[in-house]
Amino acid sequence: MRLDLDARPQRSTLREILAPVGALIVAILIGGVVIALMGRSTIEAFDVYFVEPLSQSYSLQAIAVKAAPLILIAVGLAFCYRANLWNIGAEGQFIAGGALGGWLGLVTHDGAFQGVLGSWWILPAMMILGALGGLLYAMIPALLRVWLNVSEILSSLMLVYVAQLALDWLVRGPWKDPEGHNLPVSVNLDPEATLPILFDGGSLHLGVLLAPLVAIVAAIVFSKTLFGYQVRLVGSAPKAARFGGFNDRTIAIAAFAISGGLAGLAGVAEVSGRIGQLLPSISPGYGFSAIIVAFLGRLSPVGIFIAGLVLALTFVGGEDAQIAMHLPGDLTLAFQGVLLICVLAADVLARYRLRFTMGARS
Amino acid sequence: MEQANTAIAGEPESPLLAVRGITKRFGSFTANDNITLGLTPGEVHALLGENGAGKSTLVKMLYGLLAPTEGEILWQGASIKLPNPNAARALGIGMVFQHFSLFDNLTVAENIALVMPASDRLQDVPGKIDGISRAYGMGLEPNRPVWSLSAGERQRIEIARCLLQDPKVLILDEPTSVLTPQEAEKLFETLDRLKAEGRALLYISHHLEEVKRLCDRATILRLGKLVGTCDPRVETPRSLAALMVGSQIMEVRAAGAHTLGKDRLVVSDLDAPSPSLHGVSLKHVSLAVKGGEVFGIAGVAGNGQSELFANLSGESLARRPEAIVIDGSPVGALGISDRRALNAGFVPEERNGHAAAPDFTLSENIVLTGHGSDGLTRLGFINGAAAKDQSQKVIAAFDVRKSGADPLARTLSGGNLQKFVVGREILREPALLVINQPTWGVDALAAATIRQALLDLCARGAAVLIISQDLDELFEISDRIAVIHTGELSEALPARGTTREEIGLLMAGMPGGANVAGGSAHAP
Repeated sequence: MRLDLDARPQRSTLREILAPVGALIVAILIGGVVIALMGRSTIEAFDVYFVEPLSQSYSLQAIAVKAAPLILIAVGLAFCYRANLWNIGAEGQFIAGGALGGWLGLVTHDGAFQGVLGSWWILPAMMILGALGGLLYAMIPALLRVWLNVSEILSSLMLVYVAQLALDWLVRGPWKDPEGHNLPVSVNLDPEATLPILFDGGSLHLGVLLAPLVAIVAAIVFSKTLFGYQVRLVGSAPKAARFGGFNDRTIAIAAFAISGGLAGLAGVAEVSGRIGQLLPSISPGYGFSAIIVAFLGRLSPVGIFIAGLVLALTFVGGEDAQIAMHLPGDLTLAFQGVLLICVLAADVLARYRLRFTMGARS
Repeated sequence: MEQANTAIAGEPESPLLAVRGITKRFGSFTANDNITLGLTPGEVHALLGENGAGKSTLVKMLYGLLAPTEGEILWQGASIKLPNPNAARALGIGMVFQHFSLFDNLTVAENIALVMPASDRLQDVPGKIDGISRAYGMGLEPNRPVWSLSAGERQRIEIARCLLQDPKVLILDEPTSVLTPQEAEKLFETLDRLKAEGRALLYISHHLEEVKRLCDRATILRLGKLVGTCDPRVETPRSLAALMVGSQIMEVRAAGAHTLGKDRLVVSDLDAPSPSLHGVSLKHVSLAVKGGEVFGIAGVAGNGQSELFANLSGESLARRPEAIVIDGSPVGALGISDRRALNAGFVPEERNGHAAAPDFTLSENIVLTGHGSDGLTRLGFINGAAAKDQSQKVIAAFDVRKSGADPLARTLSGGNLQKFVVGREILREPALLVINQPTWGVDALAAATIRQALLDLCARGAAVLIISQDLDELFEISDRIAVIHTGELSEALPARGTTREEIGLLMAGMPGGANVAGGSAHAP
């Protein structure tokens, strides 16, 4: 017996929209089976993971705060993936942005460099530096790819570990708080270097608003501009793109720049808005989870916005489950992995029909 | 699985393979409607019809790729089911597709080995290929990777792949579209030999002359229905075409009777090393095309046509700016957008993926070549309404048949997509149009429309350069014809007063009576 994949004659928009929804349902079912095998109540776990976080104001805010970086990064990744460039290193670009933007917060600590200008410029400059940090870090795999044809998959992934270890070294060395009891942490950022909280007593900070803003702009870029057209064209029909007179190298560098820049922006917003200082680790794996968000959202900014909220729910629900049910935190990452596989499989099934054929090849 | 009887039935009347009352529906669309047809041993049976008439659907059912909705398939009189192509091959049905099903990263031998029985050893395959290749004059190199081969060479792999399996019924979909007249004649001899061996051949072609030359019977389909069976030897190409289309085909106005303007395209001593290992280098290519002139370039596939097109379009840049001059401007160092800005238009050979992005809509494909010059973009934004408008104009002017308001390019049939990509350039009123294989794999009606449009453009003062493997086409519309062979271009000969045989010899690399620029010619 063998399994054939037959291309479906017609593409169906409905089928392509339903595919990720179906994938999510299947992933939840698999997660339920895993929890049952661990001897826990599947119903209770479902409640803790998916129902409770949606029924309380503080956890809804927590979802938004976690969704924002996922959405920012995933929208950037959509530019790369649409152009058929596989940037797996958003985690590193996130850290590079957080570190470079956060650095400005450290050097302006306690009113330094604020004599003439005042302090209004610090936050915007941190955001710009953050985006720049991620962008420049993304240029390493981009230029290696364009000049030397180095696989961007490997180079961008390797650079994640470089960024993680570099930040670790910085906060243990030059950026360590001298009064921090020798803990590997920086000083706390001043209020002038901290993104303001939107509502008193809540956790929503100004940076969260960047996510819908960026998603809307990206949706317009993809559908209305010649640049978005080129990105889609280079990925979908590279020969036609050259025939159209578009330079695929320029597009590759631009897509990496956008992707890295948005990841860096997400990084500095996380440092300035949520964490408030630099730590050895500033991301619970946003850069990797955003890959799932990008695919779950069908590489479209609107879809990514929704998918970002779904993935954030699994992060928040996972934390709650750790506390309430003593389920391991790694279960969340495992679930996200299952979800990605289900999404990719659903993509295939949306375009191909499965056919079982009895008998071997003649 | 059905076991084939190895002996071929002796009675010529009893069909080897037949369909009776066969119908195929896709949803509400009926692609084949109650078709009955029999192939007897030792006959070459032509299947004629426009694109979309249902020829492909019918042969896909005969090859086990589609299951009929109604009706039955008979093998030596017994009703059979063909669940997949393996079952068809096991019976002795072979098929040469018009669209290649080859793996680019594998070699010729590996691609062929894929369809051979598992008992054959890979290392024996090259020898077998050499044998077939020599017997039928195909010039296949077993160890070349497929990505490095031209369309013509790939088609020859498909033919060889089929012949290696020694089929009793051979279905050929447009097999000669990439051969020289001499090569085609050689293939016909092969097919005659296969026929004499008692095999049955089902031959799909738009080249009505060769159907007359080769086929004993012709079945004509129109819009999924069988409209007639005739003896092509007593018909004329025009009467066959009329049967296919259901009306008379307009006659393309003869070339050569219009006034010529100044030189619009001058290529002088263009040298271009091959960009890939197995590609063809262009050597000392020189030509000049005047306004009002159709300049044809003949040649067997894979002799530098795509390289020449890439150099003319600007997808590859020339080393010297003066090597290519459009309307007085040296453009050798300018990219394709800059050349379009000089009012040049280009249509490459491959419709899906080169001339058009298959997963983009028609209006988005208008933007592909019009973004720089046609007011389709402003401040980096695409004017979607203008693109749709322009797309509608092309669709109306060239009678492009499609489903839906603005469908994806991939959903159009070959002929309709070709009319679209040619029309897209012609409506821009280019001063120079360079077009590679303008009617490859296109039905007779669409081909006539395209050729007439090229001649009309030319009559309005444009220079038209056509690269084609279809000699009928070149003789029909060119004023002068040059031949490209291993990257060298012959001197241009006037289309009138030159015979097909002279051009054919040049295509095969033999100088014959004509002069070849550059002197040395290599055997293929």
